[in-house]
Amino acid sequence: MNWISNYVRPKINSLFSRREVPENLWTKCDNCGQMLFHRELSNNLNVCTNCNHHMPITPRDRFTALFDGGIFTEVAVPRPIDDPLKFRDQKKYPDRLKAAQKQTGEQEAMLVAEGEMGRTPIVAAAQDFSFMAGSMGMYVGNAIIAAAERAVELKRPLILFSAAGGARMQEGILSLMQMPRTTVAVQMLKEAGLPYIVVLTHPTTGGVTASYAMLGDVHIAEPNALICFAGPRVIEQTIRETLPEGFQRAEYLLDHGMLDRVTSRTEMRDELITITRMLMQQPPPVIADLPAPAEIESGAEVADLDPPSEPEKA
Amino acid sequence: MTNYLDFEKPLAEIEGKASELRALARENEEMDVEAEASALDQKAAKLLTDLYVNLTPWRKCQVARHADRPHCQDYINALFTEFTPLAGDRNFADDHAVMGGLARFDDKPVVVIGHEKGNDTKSRIERNFGMARPEGYRKAIRLMDLADRFGLPIISLVDTPGAYPGKGAEERGQSEAIARSTEKCLQVKVPVISVIIGEGGSGGAVAFATANRVAMLEHSVYSVISPEGCASILWKDAEKMREAAEALRLTAQDLRELGVCDSIIEEPLGGAHRARDVAMQAVGGTLRTFLSELTPQSGDELVSNRRKKYLAIGSTGLAA
Repeated sequence: MNWISNYVRPKINSLFSRREVPENLWTKCDNCGQMLFHRELSNNLNVCTNCNHHMPITPRDRFTALFDGGIFTEVAVPRPIDDPLKFRDQKKYPDRLKAAQKQTGEQEAMLVAEGEMGRTPIVAAAQDFSFMAGSMGMYVGNAIIAAAERAVELKRPLILFSAAGGARMQEGILSLMQMPRTTVAVQMLKEAGLPYIVVLTHPTTGGVTASYAMLGDVHIAEPNALICFAGPRVIEQTIRETLPEGFQRAEYLLDHGMLDRVTSRTEMRDELITITRMLMQQPPPVIADLPAPAEIESGAEVADLDPPSEPEKA
Repeated sequence: MTNYLDFEKPLAEIEGKASELRALARENEEMDVEAEASALDQKAAKLLTDLYVNLTPWRKCQVARHADRPHCQDYINALFTEFTPLAGDRNFADDHAVMGGLARFDDKPVVVIGHEKGNDTKSRIERNFGMARPEGYRKAIRLMDLADRFGLPIISLVDTPGAYPGKGAEERGQSEAIARSTEKCLQVKVPVISVIIGEGGSGGAVAFATANRVAMLEHSVYSVISPEGCASILWKDAEKMREAAEALRLTAQDLRELGVCDSIIEEPLGGAHRARDVAMQAVGGTLRTFLSELTPQSGDELVSNRRKKYLAIGSTGLAA
């Protein structure tokens, strides 16, 4: 270290705008290490174009790709009371929440929306793993109840994308109570005769798997997603043996009868359209039936300036 | 031989001294130790009161897990007649961590289901320490269906560290079994009453404890995660379980305030294991009250009230 590297170089660096070399231009695949051009990666829904590894995607980006023309309307979720237990570990719970809100730009760990998918009206809910590990607390419970109520009101199917490390410990027993609460939400859909389709994404664990994520009419998982009740580390500590290759991954669960299908994210939308239309007794979708409906509902949100994603060309 | 918990050590010493004195007196008839021994008894009684009057959450966890605490089997023997265990999930196996069957409570037929932890090394292993596998939950679902079909109230006795985290349990769908069991609790058109008699460990407890009425023994606990588990995740140190137990608000008293528990059943001084019959009869009294409140309700009312109860949970928090 000398004065040139300590003082002069930072000064020189600061003279050049950082914007000339934007970060995130390239992303390295977590799995194969391939450098992927950012736009190419996001156009492929964060699925590695080299090895088909599924990287995380935010609920907003997912909905943009899911709904026709990227147009959807958010369904309001009743806000639960703040910090019901006055929970404090090394940090205060409200501080952890604020940090997560700042980091993600989202209010909480689930986004609920209504709109059309391949001209099929649906309600969708997606869990946000980047928000406190997607953990299921009172907000997530309220979101699922709101989604189910809206679906029943509009007589639409509910498609739920799960992703969570489990229950939100900072809400103690009240997070655990979301297991029965969300189960009531699922029952509302079933009694109304509406399809409830669960798309299990990486990772879906703990109390989330042991409630609404395993009560779907159809269970579809993304490739290689970890889906379990107890995580592999807990099990290894309990039984003191190494677990088989691919244990608790989507393909393993498919083999053990817990899932209907494992489907790549890039093909998920078409598959969801096919399935929901059959369950709703609607005619088959017409290829290239897009772009989206002309009317945009008031308050609708155009979440992306990119051109709408085209359906797969036959 | 009483098993003492770590915080009861001073008590163990005094009670030990008193019984030693009495043993000496029995051998040696001229010795009169009664005055001294009863002074020790009084001292012990006072200490016991002091220890239990304000039990910390972590100590409550210890009492809830006490080896001598009455377990499911004990309650069934004490409170029910004609207990007829029914076994198996008709699918894969019979899970010994979950016991259940037909029985009579006050001569009326009911279905009783509960976690059994076992009371010595052999039975603990056989019962898998009260940690159920998917077969246990599927057996419970089957029994709840049976109750529903024949209009029998369901009584569940919850006492589990949690669902078993094992390879086979995962492969056979632990999550799905728990989810379906919770769903079944919410569907049946008969009264569902649950008593947390010891540990209510996370999803493994919810699967049985989703009920019209939930009672908790005074020193039982019910939590989303064990204090040790919470401490190792949030404090990165499993030894911080005291802090975690405090923060999680897992005591019957806190859960009553949060509306998760409907009623607290008082325990004898020093915990249910010190006067097992008293504790078990107190549970019987609560079951009687709940049944008389619920039996007049129609099947549809029971289902809709149960749902409303769960949807309303979380509307009030704890005072600072």
